[in-house]
Amino acid sequence: MDFRETQEEEVALSDLSQERPESVKPRGTPSKQDGTLGMSIENLSAFYGSYKALTDVNIDIRPNKITALIGPSGCGKSTFIRCLNRMHEVIPEAYAKGCVKLGDQDIYAKNTDPVTIRRRIGMVFQKPNPFSKSIYENVAWGARINGYRGDMDELVERSLRRAALWDEVKDKLKKSGFDLSGGQQQRLVIARTLAVEPEVILMDEPASALDPVSTQKIEDTMAELKKRYTVIIVTHNMQQAARISDYTGFFYIENMGDPGQLWEFDETNKMFSSPDRKETEDYVTGRFG
Amino acid sequence: MAREIATQNAQKGGPEQGPVFKRSTSARHALDWVFIVLLFIATMIGLVVLAVLLVDIAVDGVPRLSWKFLTSFPSVIPENSGIYPALLGSVWLLGLTALISVPLGVGAAVYLEEYAPDSWLTRLIEVNISNLAGVPSIIYGLLGLGIFVNLLPSVTGGESILSGALTLSLLILPIIIIATREALRTVPDAVREGGYALGATRWEVIRSHLLPMALPGALTGTILALSRAIGEAAPLIVVGAATYITFAPTGPQSNYSALPILIYSWISQPQPGFQTAAAAGIVVLMIVLLLTNSVAICLRNKHQRRV
Repeated sequence: MDFRETQEEEVALSDLSQERPESVKPRGTPSKQDGTLGMSIENLSAFYGSYKALTDVNIDIRPNKITALIGPSGCGKSTFIRCLNRMHEVIPEAYAKGCVKLGDQDIYAKNTDPVTIRRRIGMVFQKPNPFSKSIYENVAWGARINGYRGDMDELVERSLRRAALWDEVKDKLKKSGFDLSGGQQQRLVIARTLAVEPEVILMDEPASALDPVSTQKIEDTMAELKKRYTVIIVTHNMQQAARISDYTGFFYIENMGDPGQLWEFDETNKMFSSPDRKETEDYVTGRFG
Repeated sequence: MAREIATQNAQKGGPEQGPVFKRSTSARHALDWVFIVLLFIATMIGLVVLAVLLVDIAVDGVPRLSWKFLTSFPSVIPENSGIYPALLGSVWLLGLTALISVPLGVGAAVYLEEYAPDSWLTRLIEVNISNLAGVPSIIYGLLGLGIFVNLLPSVTGGESILSGALTLSLLILPIIIIATREALRTVPDAVREGGYALGATRWEVIRSHLLPMALPGALTGTILALSRAIGEAAPLIVVGAATYITFAPTGPQSNYSALPILIYSWISQPQPGFQTAAAAGIVVLMIVLLLTNSVAICLRNKHQRRV
């Protein structure tokens, strides 16, 4: 039993058009499974008070795919991803302008409640932040406050299985979330995000604080997740982006103090073998970082 | 190298320089030890004075303690005097003050820390609260006299326990607000972000995560504040606590006395019997304080383990 609000069945198909001179041809019909939605961002700019951190991003996120966002530090990748679930405006004096659509619905529309958006677009942060509650409560809390009326035990087990954590914690569900290792905590965070049945999962450098073994487990989990959800991941690790993503977006800043922009966006294979723009090529070949 | 320079200088007829680092290390270590001793003495002075006072009180007061002492009413005969009504009055005051000040203080702290925008009004409120924490307690007594006793006798019953509790609540409210705010600040922002990212409202995050995590710190500050309230005499006298009373409190609107006030009035009597009774009263007051603090520490530890 799930408690999702009614969604329109939507095919998130549009041109991968950008503001930059060259426009990219559409790459065939995106697949759509289980009614998973993609996202479509038009002319998104983000501000911290009077400082413009991100300018005119146009991008289409295909459903059931992993989209990686790469680029040097400070180019607005984290700012961008936080705009996608309206977490950016939680920071005092921060705001965003533009249109961000989940399926057909503009999440920045006037009468849209950010609280419901954030349930549908979940987020996993760089440093694992489990709640100081039991493992069971960590997963159950989000579902409970959103009014879940089904079998909670079943939901917790299902979410932990999908996060590849069930086998490791099934005997200690009452233990504190902090009793786990860093990699396990991060998978716990993924599990609690899944428990509220999102459609899109945002990940802001989810494995950068973890050891290689945990990183591998998280990457394996993501490959499974994309079958049911749309995944967007910000990563500093280019090899990781090349390994796991279907599409890659490269963010760049021309001069110091400029707002960040989406410099190029394409299928991962093309971005890493023959990107269109020089700066992209320089970045993915490691000429600058 | 330094020695070569020194020898060269000596050969040239200049003054012998000696090694470049001149001060003797034994002198520096000696200074170190001087300060260790001085600072230790500074620490011990406070502790020793407190210990001497407590021992003196205990020696005078403990023999006088008895069940009769705890259950008798004050009397003009020192040997028959007991603290019963004052003890009950202090307990009533403690309970009522906690009931009034804790929800108000925690609520104000949550508002200021989690909801209030960063505006000039918020900053004005914060400055005022810090100042109010330092206002002498007798001023609060005068405020209580003006408002609770003279302006609102129909609500409070005039010179009643309720007026006393309301006055004490005002007194300790700034302390509770500041302690709770500090406790809320120790909760990392990552917890709030994790909550919001799951589609929770601000109140849901506060209720489920921030308040439980801030509880140990807030409790400690609250208990310290309540301990101060129990020990107050001056503001209570101003709002009409009796110095001599022959009945126990009957309700929130009844007349009352409190332990510090009774102790004070006994000390003012000439008979040595009353001095002894006062010492015993002080011992009881200390025990009540110890009990309150222990309850707080137990609650805090219980929540820390669970959390």
